[in-house]
Amino acid sequence: MIAIGMEGSANKLGIGIMLHPKDGSAPQVLANIRHTYVSPPGEGFLPKDTARHHRSWVVKLVKQALKEAKVSVDDVDCICFTKGPGMGAPLQSVVIAARMLSLLWGKELVGVNHCVGHIEMGRLITGATNPVVLYVSGGNTQVIAYSSQRYRIFGETLDMAVGNCLDRFARTLHISNDPAPGYNIEQLAKQGKQLVDLPYVVKGMDCSFSGILAAIDGLAKQWGLGGEEKAREDEQKTLDSTTVGGDSLESKPTRADLCFSLQETVFSMLVEITERAMAHVGSKQVLIVGGVGSNERLQEMMGIMARDRGGSVYATDERFCIDNGIMIAQAGMLAYGTGFRTPLSESTCTQRFRTDEVFVKWRD
Amino acid sequence: MEEYKPPPLPSPFNNTTPPPTLLTQGAEAHLYKTTSLNPSIPAALKIRPSKPYRHPILDRRLTRQRITSEARCLAKLVREGVSVPALLALDWEGHGGTEGGWGGAWLMMEWIDGPVVRVVLEQWEAWMKQNQGSLDSSQIENEEARVRDLLRKMGSAIGVLHKAGVVHGDLTTSNLMLRPPADASGAVDGAGSPSTEGDVVLIDFGLASQSNQDEDRAVDLYVLERAIGSTHPRSEPMFDALIAGYRDSYKGAVSALKRLEDVRMRGRKRSMLEMDATVPHTSYD
Repeated sequence: MIAIGMEGSANKLGIGIMLHPKDGSAPQVLANIRHTYVSPPGEGFLPKDTARHHRSWVVKLVKQALKEAKVSVDDVDCICFTKGPGMGAPLQSVVIAARMLSLLWGKELVGVNHCVGHIEMGRLITGATNPVVLYVSGGNTQVIAYSSQRYRIFGETLDMAVGNCLDRFARTLHISNDPAPGYNIEQLAKQGKQLVDLPYVVKGMDCSFSGILAAIDGLAKQWGLGGEEKAREDEQKTLDSTTVGGDSLESKPTRADLCFSLQETVFSMLVEITERAMAHVGSKQVLIVGGVGSNERLQEMMGIMARDRGGSVYATDERFCIDNGIMIAQAGMLAYGTGFRTPLSESTCTQRFRTDEVFVKWRD
Repeated sequence: MEEYKPPPLPSPFNNTTPPPTLLTQGAEAHLYKTTSLNPSIPAALKIRPSKPYRHPILDRRLTRQRITSEARCLAKLVREGVSVPALLALDWEGHGGTEGGWGGAWLMMEWIDGPVVRVVLEQWEAWMKQNQGSLDSSQIENEEARVRDLLRKMGSAIGVLHKAGVVHGDLTTSNLMLRPPADASGAVDGAGSPSTEGDVVLIDFGLASQSNQDEDRAVDLYVLERAIGSTHPRSEPMFDALIAGYRDSYKGAVSALKRLEDVRMRGRKRSMLEMDATVPHTSYD
């Protein structure tokens, strides 16, 4: 069985082609390509521009993916697309493309929950059987565990997603959005030395980030570290390669210090709620999925926590962590295998689609 | 995979005879039984080990904040005459551990003898199920009256807690203990149904905070109601006895209970989809 997966719930357009061999051997990734809409520093991506980007690239990407996978249209069994959650306009442009291909080629459609796509791809790549899942990205922050046919949400953010918090602070600092704002924050944070005091908001297994963003934005303003000019100075400094001392805790924080402190604080919160969920359900495996999951500091912290509990952490790299088409193909194929289809008349998309609404028929 | 080993104990507990015995391990803290001053005086020891994944400054800040807040709540409640374990000692920068010094924080409390309410209710429910056939209606009534009385005492204990200006933050039947009266002959009466005699003692103030707001009080009750519903289905219909006990325990109870109605309507998790009627409900069914 071969499926095409089409993903475009945010600023990445991803097309993946997945083969599930008939003899039941391990699934194979035949193609997994992605094109990202990158907005200028200091700006986020707007729905209308992102949708335009997806519309103009989707045909090109599908053609390229088929070519890379060396399969013909006849070999394809179904077309899987992201039904939600995500931004409305980008979702719609991809759904329309999926519908068009379905009619053009006479293939059946499978609508997929984006979060379930992340979880299933993470399970496939890492081999984690029944982990507690931390799903962290620009639009979602959830701690999930599987129980009787549902991925149940144990904890989640009460306001904004953790990735959104990082992205928006990158905007404050005018850090480049290429390849991703979070990636550039991670690089800058590596030079950070002193920890500034930030709010730490964990409520049971839930957490909140908006107050932290307000606080660190305030610090950036107070120390005059935001804006375009400072971003240019930073580039200068790296060229001069002068090391900025950060030993004295009372000294003025640098941009790197702020990135470092933000990461340390929000990641500690995430590891804490994950640990609480692990203690609650009695699991020793953690799987990190979603764009923020490719952050190596988060993976390291989670690894230490899991080790101290006698367990282990499973994480994937940017190919599978960051939004991609192959994960939609994988989750779609699992549903397809149980007989699930999305008729054309129901092939809509929705911005709001909770992880625990999906009936997971393919697991025991 | 390696066998799990609890983190090393902070001093002086790494050097006491007999060594403290580990009772339970949560995500945040480990609970041990040890002795205080004299080997014949038992005490409960709660240790918050340092979390090596956190930045050391952040780790100390959080651990210290949490253990001192718990201690402040306990000290305040003892002063107000609420039935909680007395605070004996604490150190927010416990020494010991492996890396020469910082080994976490610890808090030592009075040892409370007796079962947690969860065990009492579980035993009672199992006993009722077992003897369903042999009990006549007046015996069943009598049994239910005993449990209603226990729930009323629980409600009253929570009311006294709230009156003192503290909300628990994590009320479950595992965080309520039943201290049997000093002259009790045994935990089980003749027929084998568990005793409900004694005082209700509130424990584990790790998530407690000081608050006089109806909202926080109502959430406390709601969390307990949900916990009883999921763990003690047979006792759930008697929750009104707990509410009655709570109502009679202090003056502000009426407005907190009014707020509870709103909290129940709200539910814990908002389902975003239900608000959006135009989206068809999807299931992979």
